[in-house]
Amino acid sequence: MAEELTARAPSLNGGPRIGVYVCHCGLNIAGTVDVQAVVEFARTLPNVTVAREYRFMCSDPGQELIEQDLREGLVNRVVVASCSPLMHEATFRRATAEGGTSPYLFQMASIRELVSWVTADPEDATEKAKAHVAAAVRRVALHEYLEPREAPVHPDVLVVGGGIAGIHAALTLADAGKHVYLVERESTIGGHMAMFDKTFPTLDCAACILTPKMSAVRAHPNITLWTYSDVVEVSGYTGDFTVRVRHRPRYVREDLCTGCLACIDACVHKQGKVPDEFNLGLSKRKPVYIPFPQATPPVVVVDPESCIWFKTGKCPQTCVEACERDAFDFTQTETFDEVKVGAIILATGFRTFDPRRIPEYGYGRYPNVYTSLEVERLLNAAGPTAGEIVLRDGSRPTAIGIIHCVGSRDVRFHAYCSRVCCMYSLKLAHMLRERTGAEIYNFYIDIRAPGKGYEEFYDKILREGVHLIRGRVAEVTDEAATPEEEGHLVIRAEDTLLGMARRIPVDMVVLAVGLEPQPDTEDVRRLFNISCGGEGFFTERHPKLAPVSTFTDGVFLAGACQGPKDIPDTVAQAGAAAAEALAMIDRGAVALEANTAHIDEERCSGCKTCVGLCPFSAITFDEERQKARVNEVVCKGCGICVAACPSGAAQQHLFTDEQILAEIEGVLAYV
Amino acid sequence: MSKPKVAFYWCASCGGCEEAVVDLAEQVLDVVGAVDIVFWPVALDFKVADVEALADGEIAASFINGAVRTSEQREIVELLRRKSKAVVAFGACAWLGGIPGLANLRTREEILAEVYRDLPSVADGAMPREEVEVPEGRLHLPRFDEDVRTLDQVIPVDYYLPGCPPPVALIAQAVTALVEGRLPEPGTVLAPDVALCSECPRRATKPEDLKLERFVRPQEIVADPETCLLAQGLLCLGPATRAGCGAPCVAANMPCTGCMGPTGRVRDQGAKALSAIASLIAPSDPEGVAKVAEQILDPVGTFYRYSLPASLLHRRVGTDGGRPAEPSEPVAAAGGGEPR
Amino acid sequence: MSEARTIVEAPRAATADRFEPRIVAFFCTWCTYTAADLAGISRLRYAPNVRVIRLMCSGRLDPQFVLAALREGADGVLIGGCHPGDCHYQEGNYNALRRVELLKRMLRDLGLEEERVRLEWISASEADRVQRVCNEMTERIRELGPLHLSVPGDGHRRAAVAREPEPVGGEVG
Repeated sequence: MAEELTARAPSLNGGPRIGVYVCHCGLNIAGTVDVQAVVEFARTLPNVTVAREYRFMCSDPGQELIEQDLREGLVNRVVVASCSPLMHEATFRRATAEGGTSPYLFQMASIRELVSWVTADPEDATEKAKAHVAAAVRRVALHEYLEPREAPVHPDVLVVGGGIAGIHAALTLADAGKHVYLVERESTIGGHMAMFDKTFPTLDCAACILTPKMSAVRAHPNITLWTYSDVVEVSGYTGDFTVRVRHRPRYVREDLCTGCLACIDACVHKQGKVPDEFNLGLSKRKPVYIPFPQATPPVVVVDPESCIWFKTGKCPQTCVEACERDAFDFTQTETFDEVKVGAIILATGFRTFDPRRIPEYGYGRYPNVYTSLEVERLLNAAGPTAGEIVLRDGSRPTAIGIIHCVGSRDVRFHAYCSRVCCMYSLKLAHMLRERTGAEIYNFYIDIRAPGKGYEEFYDKILREGVHLIRGRVAEVTDEAATPEEEGHLVIRAEDTLLGMARRIPVDMVVLAVGLEPQPDTEDVRRLFNISCGGEGFFTERHPKLAPVSTFTDGVFLAGACQGPKDIPDTVAQAGAAAAEALAMIDRGAVALEANTAHIDEERCSGCKTCVGLCPFSAITFDEERQKARVNEVVCKGCGICVAACPSGAAQQHLFTDEQILAEIEGVLAYV
Repeated sequence: MSKPKVAFYWCASCGGCEEAVVDLAEQVLDVVGAVDIVFWPVALDFKVADVEALADGEIAASFINGAVRTSEQREIVELLRRKSKAVVAFGACAWLGGIPGLANLRTREEILAEVYRDLPSVADGAMPREEVEVPEGRLHLPRFDEDVRTLDQVIPVDYYLPGCPPPVALIAQAVTALVEGRLPEPGTVLAPDVALCSECPRRATKPEDLKLERFVRPQEIVADPETCLLAQGLLCLGPATRAGCGAPCVAANMPCTGCMGPTGRVRDQGAKALSAIASLIAPSDPEGVAKVAEQILDPVGTFYRYSLPASLLHRRVGTDGGRPAEPSEPVAAAGGGEPR
Repeated sequence: MSEARTIVEAPRAATADRFEPRIVAFFCTWCTYTAADLAGISRLRYAPNVRVIRLMCSGRLDPQFVLAALREGADGVLIGGCHPGDCHYQEGNYNALRRVELLKRMLRDLGLEEERVRLEWISASEADRVQRVCNEMTERIRELGPLHLSVPGDGHRRAAVAREPEPVGGEVG
């Protein structure tokens, strides 16, 4: 590769002639570093023909200095001593290319982030700046002439996860004319949002705003919707991924079922038999079922675990009989599809914290302790109680406690704030009060209401007479201390505003459980080769400037899989992820990193040390030639193989041994 | 046309390199016939004065084996350098320091104390001295230097013949090239610039995703004679060692120990071999890695067996206090030296 | 020992009674280098003794670089990578760990104090850790004193084992 490129390189008219450009960055650098001294020092370095200073190298006139010196042939290699390469390397590479040469005949010396901003003494700072300049000068003299490389982009997109994030991203892309494969693990799209009754702070009905989007997905000609499916294999690289998707059998043909639900009525089981997952076990469903009325696609599923036909082989199959479309097919097995896509959006969502991990709150021990998500189902007209708030014994609560921050802001579980619990707890307080007239006690640490209309909503709830008690709850107990407490659950908490311990007897406790990563996050992370932070949420490329990108080019994030967030933020992020994917696809090509590894065949002994080390399987062993070979399009440029290659046959563009050794000598020797 | 003049000399070495020359067998006669040997202390009776009498550059090539440790060795190699067009570092010791180079793990004082005072077999504990008065007059013995050096740390070297000792075929090639006057660029190592795996008969059996849970030493297992030794947990340095020997050790079911030195792009054989081997350690947690790593009982002796003086650090750190070495007392090299 | 390498003068601040160590740091671009940038943005001041060299991944760390730095006059070498499980390239930091572990064992036998080579996991957000580790290491190495290496020069060494010049593109054209 290097040789090939070298052959095409234009003449550089002799040896290295290096231009050094030292940036003042206003006073950011010049306030600490003696720029003039650095420039004079640079003039003494070997191969340096031009050394200049400028107030802002990144400005147009600054870049013009470089371009002009290159064009006039004064220099053929460029060192800019300024800010971090993570900030402006791309800028100056472009300027170098504008000057008529390879953008990679450039090296940056960071004398702001690594020097002026972190060094107190100006003389120390100036010396350190000189060392970094000397290193860059030595290094750039050894840079190769490389051409920028590009690879074409496949125009289709994979969206993983059919919650509101995935739905919104898929619709955005499909509306822009791109073909989308939307893969959802459950039998319907909709995700958590489909389980909610109302949404804060506007209190509009979740189903009313979600289901039209779900239908739109199903109807959209540009969307291939695969539910009851998961991604099992991903290979390739940005712009050209190959994805293998597994479809689990529903035992009902999707193309025939109309969702008339006659089969469910006809099932030999007259009553529900197993806990209904969608209602979190608060009701029971039959072996043939649909999660909720607006499920999309509206196709029933047969659960072989509970269906007596699958278990015993003996059943009159009343469901099959009831089906006018002959949609049942008990012989279905797993099937697979393999598709090519250019970009991938991960919208795999979250799960809620399991409050059994906090035994003192009594979830699982006291029947009347619920999670917030269970209460969403209780409030929902399509839920297990048709919207009635009744306890497990059928009674109506007269006092309800809502405990905030369950699993969140708690160093024992999750140090982070789940961001949505304050607001949904206030929403639940409002709705429970509205439906039951009960006294509502919210126990909070702080109220976090930073969204549009959120603080106003909080204020409204306060004025409605909900009791807000600031203090973390110590325990929920059924041990009565007074006769009035008999037969109630008692919430013990410190009221930090009153400065006293309180005991509040209630009939119902709602635990505002936090959001945490999906249990299979680690598998998904590996599958798509992205990274997770300490808490297990997927890591974005930059927390501020690249919030939906990942470190793997072509893979984007949307929604709570990246971190807890509410619906407006999720939708915004899904739109952003779709826009990033669109930008990539419409450009038609992706720029590939130059810093890939390559193997000098003549020096390769075929020892295979590198082959198994590549995390991206970019290295193959050519049995015929008995040499290892790097696929430079797949290579991500980590250099693991290069460091391991025992004969120096593997090298990395822009990070060759020679270049790094020159940098080492440079920072130490100064000359 | 007169025959090219050649010289052979040995410094800190075991004599194996000299054997290797003799191992040319019948070919040695061709060599003797084709060249004019002007100096070969181990085999022929020439004196230093004979060399001094030659014009500068008169010798076509000097083949010098062994590392450099004494003042006498320095003196002779400097003389040979002056008199020779080409100097060939012959064998691992001259090129990289070799086995004698492992003495750089000790200070000069430690070595002398061990050899002349502390060993149980030493009776009087007398230290050798650079000058000794005897009834016949004053004797001068060579000085024992602070450290072991490679030949090119003392004089400029034109070619390197690797190996412990260099393989006969490579010697024959080098001598033939010399006689025929078609030597390559100065600085060349006269062996293929590719690692030993390229000529290893077991290469095909090396897995592509080798991960090692443990290392074993040759005496601990009966190694399968067909399978890659590294794959069996034996520390075979073949991947980090130059080819050209034909892998005789591997043929004898013993792992390569690295005598042919590094390939051309490697600056420090030990560090590079270590990097490759470490990368194959299976665990990824600190304790697991440490457990596997500690099975390499002697990392320096394993990875730098032939190349410690040529390594980036050259010797054990802190053994000279950073001062230019001056002898605290005059001490001569043991064993006298060549006749003068 | 005329060809013994002269030890390069330590930085300006070094005086007879105060030794200023020189430390070369190899930081991976995604985590530790980014953290060092953040330290800059946050104006966290730290010892000027550390010179950072950016690698794409700590897995690019060739033990030769550590030794070369020590040979060229560094008194210590710091290696910074992503926390386990966070490597941008999945496994690069594990390779750094394996190499540094074995290298440290070898360096111990070569008489080097353990603390002169240090491997740290520093994530992109841990700017304070960059500051602390750089300060700590500088102080520790100051206590240990200079690493006196006296290495014979490469003056006589020719291209064979010396670094080969990179085939510089187009120079001949």
